[in-house]
Amino acid sequence: MFPIGEYVDLMFKVFTRHEKGSVFRKQIAQEINNLGLESLGIVAIISVFMGMVVAIQTGHNITSAWIPDYTVGFTTRESIILEFSPTIISLILAGKVGSRIASEIGTMRVTEQIDALEIMGINPANYLILPKVVAALMIFPVLVLISMFLGIFGGWLAAIWMHVVTTTAYYQGITLDFIPYEIFYSAVKTIVFAFLITTVSGYYGYITDGGALEVGKASTKAVVMSSILIILFNLIITQLMLG
Amino acid sequence: MIETKHISKRFENKEVIKDINMVFERGKTNLIIGPSGSGKTVLMKCIVGLLEIDEGEILFDNRLFNKMDFYEKKTIRQEMGMMFQGGALFDSLTVEENVMFPITMFTKQSFAERLDRVNFCLKRVNLDNVNKLYPAELSGGMKKRVAIARAISMNPRYLFCDEPNSGLDPKTSIVIDNLISEITQEYGMTTIINTHDMNSVIEIGDKIAFIYSGKLWWVGDKHEILRTDNEELNSFVYATELTRRLKKGPL
Repeated sequence: MFPIGEYVDLMFKVFTRHEKGSVFRKQIAQEINNLGLESLGIVAIISVFMGMVVAIQTGHNITSAWIPDYTVGFTTRESIILEFSPTIISLILAGKVGSRIASEIGTMRVTEQIDALEIMGINPANYLILPKVVAALMIFPVLVLISMFLGIFGGWLAAIWMHVVTTTAYYQGITLDFIPYEIFYSAVKTIVFAFLITTVSGYYGYITDGGALEVGKASTKAVVMSSILIILFNLIITQLMLG
Repeated sequence: MIETKHISKRFENKEVIKDINMVFERGKTNLIIGPSGSGKTVLMKCIVGLLEIDEGEILFDNRLFNKMDFYEKKTIRQEMGMMFQGGALFDSLTVEENVMFPITMFTKQSFAERLDRVNFCLKRVNLDNVNKLYPAELSGGMKKRVAIARAISMNPRYLFCDEPNSGLDPKTSIVIDNLISEITQEYGMTTIINTHDMNSVIEIGDKIAFIYSGKLWWVGDKHEILRTDNEELNSFVYATELTRRLKKGPL
């Protein structure tokens, strides 16, 4: 069970009693690098291969001559924008970023670094978690947007290399009946997922008690709980925005 | 001066600290000693506000600390420095950044001014050419010194040290003890040290509080502790074969 009461209590501390603005801005820049730019590589690789697989699978499933070739491009675009980029990339980030946040804060807890902050008169929850939340809210949508382009690009690569469809047919498919609202829907999902990943992981790191073993456990719990909440909120948001 | 008046702390049904009344004097090294599990760490955590007390009062120069709100406590905390058992240095920051951290957070000084203060503090704890090193690159003794440098960087009125000698060899321990004692007298701070190291007790114990089973069992100084007839305290002080033999006379 996820301890909602304790989580809300911590979030209250995270979003109140702010520390010095100049330090906060510097931390956000640092976290954009740590959480976002350092994840760019894995996001790019997964997105390209994801797009390729979707294009090949769609091509493989088109057995009727009545279905036009542009369906491959259309399906790849829809799958990537609506589901694969926002949800799968967020699940990947829950693993990479979530474990990093939980283990970083958890280690600080067990080595008394958080106590040291508190003794100095700093609000540790705000100082440690808020910059990560703000940075993720800023950089995750950018990563997902990049993922969308790379996924569609990967689909095109597969289409021409594996002779699934022609470039013209693929291009026709990815430009057919494009609905900008779908990008907005994906952005909303990504922002919610970014908030969940950083706050849930921050929570598990912050409440760590013990030693190295507990830091590892906190990291695992953070990834598992973030992933479950991503799946759950994916359903809720989809029903609210597309249902 | 720090006063504790009838303070108690419970964890669920277990009372860990029981009705402690104590005055920690300014300009002196005040030691809290006691066997493991006696409650001395909990007592220190209560005094610095890391744990909320269930009953009693904690006063910092007659200012009632435990009833203050976050912002009032923040003011007092900027007058505190604390050296943790493991140093609690921030791993991702260099020595220079660690010592500069409280100054950056709470003052509007320029970088040059802050750096001057950092270099002064590092020099005061006899550390040279370590500014750009990370905590992982330091020895145990050096980490303790950096922790002291960080603790005094804001020129605190109150200094807290939790097991300052743990993990150090006897010679380095004496260096750290003397450094804390010198700084305390030099800046007129109220210093509270949590320890179970008898060398520290004999070396720098201006005022010693012996905690046993969560109660304040005995209060005295480094001279009185060797002559006490308190049974529990004697079993703590003369726990080793060496100290028992010394008590009997020259080896």
